[in-house]
Amino acid sequence: MDLTFSAEERAFEREVRDFIAQNLPAEMKHAQSLTPSVFSDPDIGIAWQKALHARGWGAPGWPVEHGGPDWTPAQRWIFEAECARAGAPNVNVMGVKMVGPVIIGFGSPEQQNFYLPRIRSGEDYWCQGYSEPGSGSDLASLKTRAVRDGDDYVINGTKIWTTHAHHANRMFALVRTNETERQQDGISFILIDMKSPGITTRPILTIGGDHEVNQVFFDDVRVPVANRVGEEGKGWTYGKYLLEFERGSGIASAKLREALKTVSDLAESEATGRAIDDPDISMRMSEIEVDIDTLEMTELRVLSALQTGQNPGAVSSLLKLRNSEIRQAVTRLGVDVIGHDGLYVEPMRPFYKLNEAPGIPEEMLPVVPEYLNSRAYTIFGGSSEIQRDIIAKMVLGL
Amino acid sequence: MDLTLSDEQRLLRESAERFVSETYTADHRRRMASEPLGFSNDLWKQFAELGWLALPIAEEYGGLGGGAVEIGILMEAFGRGLVSEPYLSTVVIGAGLIGACGSEAQKQALLPKVADGSLCLAFAHSERAARFDLAEVSTTAWKTPNGWRIDGRKTAVLDGNAAGQIIVSAQVADDNGVGDLCLFLVPADTAGLGKRDFPRLGGGRACNLELRGVHVGADALLGDGGDALPVIEAVVDRAMAALGAEAVGIMQTLLDQTLEYTKIRKQFGRPLSANQVIRHRLADMAMNCDEARSMALRAALMIDAEPVARGRAASGAKAKIGKCARFVAEQSVQLHGAMGVTEELDIGSYFKRLLAFDTLFGGSAHHYRRHAALGGKTLHT
Repeated sequence: MDLTFSAEERAFEREVRDFIAQNLPAEMKHAQSLTPSVFSDPDIGIAWQKALHARGWGAPGWPVEHGGPDWTPAQRWIFEAECARAGAPNVNVMGVKMVGPVIIGFGSPEQQNFYLPRIRSGEDYWCQGYSEPGSGSDLASLKTRAVRDGDDYVINGTKIWTTHAHHANRMFALVRTNETERQQDGISFILIDMKSPGITTRPILTIGGDHEVNQVFFDDVRVPVANRVGEEGKGWTYGKYLLEFERGSGIASAKLREALKTVSDLAESEATGRAIDDPDISMRMSEIEVDIDTLEMTELRVLSALQTGQNPGAVSSLLKLRNSEIRQAVTRLGVDVIGHDGLYVEPMRPFYKLNEAPGIPEEMLPVVPEYLNSRAYTIFGGSSEIQRDIIAKMVLGL
Repeated sequence: MDLTLSDEQRLLRESAERFVSETYTADHRRRMASEPLGFSNDLWKQFAELGWLALPIAEEYGGLGGGAVEIGILMEAFGRGLVSEPYLSTVVIGAGLIGACGSEAQKQALLPKVADGSLCLAFAHSERAARFDLAEVSTTAWKTPNGWRIDGRKTAVLDGNAAGQIIVSAQVADDNGVGDLCLFLVPADTAGLGKRDFPRLGGGRACNLELRGVHVGADALLGDGGDALPVIEAVVDRAMAALGAEAVGIMQTLLDQTLEYTKIRKQFGRPLSANQVIRHRLADMAMNCDEARSMALRAALMIDAEPVARGRAASGAKAKIGKCARFVAEQSVQLHGAMGVTEELDIGSYFKRLLAFDTLFGGSAHHYRRHAALGGKTLHT
């Protein structure tokens, strides 16, 4: 057993580090540091995706025949960790990490040839049509209908919590193509052009003050049948496959460590009156750091199993749960660290394009919105309660 | 980066698990509770035959040169059966201290005896006033013409009654004042050594030690007389990593038993495990077990790192596993209902062993503080 990366992996780490140093502009890094939402706005997110694509790193997890860089699990881990450490934009995962693997796994050759290059290059920007007002955790009860009419489906209904629908030109959605006894059997996975007539998007502001999610309405929207991925009625299977990616996507520990470092720097600054000298703050800081160490070690155990061709088992729920809880603990600590300055509200967005200097140190601006927005972490992608149901069933066999 | 077990490690795990599950039954534990030493000398001899006592000792002293990961594998198996043999005090701590700072002659004389099972060791370090501060020792060693005279009191000396040699920490003093913290080998039958032996929470035994004018020879000083604190810290970090692995075995057993029980126990016409509130609790227990496993392994793999990284990994693991252990232990009792608070079920013994784990070398709060103190600005790994 060995916790350290090999010489080759270290060399790869330097390569990534060098690439980031040369390609991540200071303004982009600054903009990211002032972003309180889960994903970066497209002005920096897409720009970063394009830079990665130019280097051949646009789709790290994809097989080489679809333009992936042919990295080992360890290389992917190192890449993500280095990006997080450098404060690179947090690119919306809907394209590369979510719909991409589904199209690779279940799409037709035509779909693969058309969509995959456009995802890699950042030309297409995707959003996810899963939840509905009446279907949150109970996703299979979804009601948005797609009725066959010649070579088209005609879609009516509504999707909600649609991250970046106001930026996206494409949506992948779960729609009901059939009324079946078992709800899951009537669901299909479909790719929708967001410019189709009949689609309207309503912004939803989060409690942090950010416009990240939306409600999308479908009013007789015609989508070619050719845009269905895989078989009709098998959408649930593909959708679950994708959720595995959403939950386990990743390498959360490096991002959390970076977030904690930001809070720790604030706590050690005179701007907070050295909050770190408060024993409660420093103790919680340690507690969270240890939790991140734990999550990282679990990620590495999974990684090691993958490297040696073993099945890591149903750990994605565990990783998702702990990632979301630690995220909330870090952001809560941030609020406590900045003290009175947390009362200052800046309604304008994005923070990196303000016209005048804010009334508190700039780096404090995202702290409270981040905490408020982070409450969504234990809800999206299957709430913590759903994750515990999954662990009870899949890990404990209950 | 490879966190999978080698073939040898897998073999070690299998043989240890088999040995423990065949030997360490509830009956066995009851018998051991009335043994004067709290464990079986016959089994200790078998440990020696299996090579377990030689495991971490260097090859030139009759050992096998194993590392913290192998120790962890054994300790996890020991946890599953609540093994009460003095493995931690003799092999991990005692032999660890001698190996780290003993003279060549001391290593030659003592380590082979540990490896062959003929010598048990104990470490008499903690004192009431120090709580968990490893640097605070008021026991004093005075230089005499023939060696040393040691005076002081030590508390909760694990397996002190079984040890042939007790390693006592003391501040060296002469007429000019107090000097370095040093370690001394004190034979168990030395005059002036008072032992108050008692059964230990969670199995095994310990004693409180009173040293009143204990005279030992010049060769009792372990090593060259330099400051022993760094060695003590390193060996205690190693002990905490080993204890963390033992806790993982205990927690896993509690989870397994509780899971079984909630499937069988019926209330309101259905098994307890059909209730979501119970299922979620079990899911949380499983997560805590898995997190403890990650941290015990991490501490073991970082045990040879530089002292700050090693100390933070060990303290981080002790703190985190302590927290996880408390949760798993308390929920195991809770989900067993009233039966959980009786001596009629096995889980009470496992519960108490985890409580002892949490106390040994300091609880979670102490280790989060040490982790913070060692931290400075090293949030990056």
